[in-house]
Amino acid sequence: MSLEARTPGPNRWEKRMHKCEVAIVGAGPAGVACGYVLAKAGVDVVILERGQYPGAKNMFGGIFFADQMNKLIPEFYTEAPVERFVAKKHFALLINNSEVSLNIDSEEYKKPPYNHSYIVRRSLFDKWFAGKAEQQGAKIICGTAVTDFLRDGKRIVGVTAGSADDPDNGLLADVVVCGEGANSMLSEKAGLRNRLSMRARVVAVKEVIELGKNVINERFGITGREGAAYEYFADATPGMLGDGFVYTNNDSLNVGVGVVISELYGCKNPPSPNQLLDRFKNHPSIRPLVKGGKTVEYSAHMIPMDGYKNLPRFYTDGLMLVGDAAGFVNNSICHEGVNMAMASGMMAAETILDNREKGIYDAKALRQYERRLKNSFVLQNMKSSKDFIDILRTHKELLNDYPHLIKDVITSYFKVSDVPKSTVKSNIIRMVRSKVNFIKAARTVMALMKGGI
Amino acid sequence: MATTEENNQLSLDDKLFTVRRKSLKESHIKLDEHLCSECLNRICTYICPAEVYLWAEDKNEIDVRYENCLECGACRVACDGIEWANPPWGTGIAYKSS
Repeated sequence: MSLEARTPGPNRWEKRMHKCEVAIVGAGPAGVACGYVLAKAGVDVVILERGQYPGAKNMFGGIFFADQMNKLIPEFYTEAPVERFVAKKHFALLINNSEVSLNIDSEEYKKPPYNHSYIVRRSLFDKWFAGKAEQQGAKIICGTAVTDFLRDGKRIVGVTAGSADDPDNGLLADVVVCGEGANSMLSEKAGLRNRLSMRARVVAVKEVIELGKNVINERFGITGREGAAYEYFADATPGMLGDGFVYTNNDSLNVGVGVVISELYGCKNPPSPNQLLDRFKNHPSIRPLVKGGKTVEYSAHMIPMDGYKNLPRFYTDGLMLVGDAAGFVNNSICHEGVNMAMASGMMAAETILDNREKGIYDAKALRQYERRLKNSFVLQNMKSSKDFIDILRTHKELLNDYPHLIKDVITSYFKVSDVPKSTVKSNIIRMVRSKVNFIKAARTVMALMKGGI
Repeated sequence: MATTEENNQLSLDDKLFTVRRKSLKESHIKLDEHLCSECLNRICTYICPAEVYLWAEDKNEIDVRYENCLECGACRVACDGIEWANPPWGTGIAYKSS
């Protein structure tokens, strides 16, 4: 059902269809940041959101990396619906029923701007941010799922929420910005990427578990608006490339797990994501944290894992991709995504503003967008962790054997007994030698340093 | 609101009950049924966080409980035989706490 077959160009529709300067698909952080910058500059911009309200369909672990937000709306955290700031970070390896962890309780993180890390609920936060863009003059239309682009030959000239030959549901635009999110169907339709592969997406599930504010403060050792971000690796998703997390809201916890889809496919007796989450919640390290809580919402979402080497093309005639749709998630241990989404949205907006006088948004003009991305932390961070996922995928010892070994080494070293420590040490060395090929391990570590973390 | 047991284990149905929705008029999921009957892996039956896809042995086909869908899209990524579309006009899930 191609529009080209039916129409020689958009002219036929122009009498009946609305037209704007910029149409943005998706009122997430990328789309709204883009709309905010454009509206502020006086551009006629329309944001189309498929949910009943911005944030209705959005879910993430819980941490909003806010350096970009702070640039756009300085000290946003004094008015935005923020649950807590991340005062305490906790990285843990779960090994069978044990845990080995690193706790970071840094006083620097407890002063404004709080390491730009805030725990938020997207259903509230995205609504607030969209409201700020509306104040700048952006139009936001909710309950409208864009199904395809309108095309004039190869050029994209608008979007439609109905079938491609239905003018009542079309919106013409000089240029379209697509921030549709991780389920990147429109990017596929635009020919900017192939159908998503199982290796390119994580499936993540989460429960919001209500607990009293004081109970949370006590269990996590925090006070006031301080929050905690606990990350769990290794047996959080046993034998699979994934992780688990517990983040503190004001009076509830975000508890979730994510796993690369291809890992489940390759697994014997594969668990469902829900079963993985139940297993995680039942681990002796997690159970006491969530005990007695009330699950008030269950949710699921995908996370891009494209990685630097498999990113889609970011633009074509009349269209730019921003945020998750463009695969902008740092696939390292940092989990940064939302700040890259906002940065990409802002760069798309700047690209539009730079070309606005001429009013030409063909691929040649939009190449500037990619240049901006390359010169920014967005693509530079993607590049610096370009091999991370591949290394983990091909070196399963990093997920299984090494964490178990680390736990065994630490447990034996601190074991109190009458065996002389010199004997303990040589036993440990023997144990490590029997399980680790040092040359191979050194190579893996080098590769991780170079293109991993 | 679902009450969580002391051990924090809630059935999937109870979890799905916590999600606010505007109901769909028709299914937003279409299957290539020919592929389903030939399929050996049936990844849809375990990849879905809402367990929307159930293998019905008696009918030799997949039952799709589309009204439970959480709209993550993982099924579409996992299987080429699944045609999945965003629920139209604001229907489907509307998170309030996530």
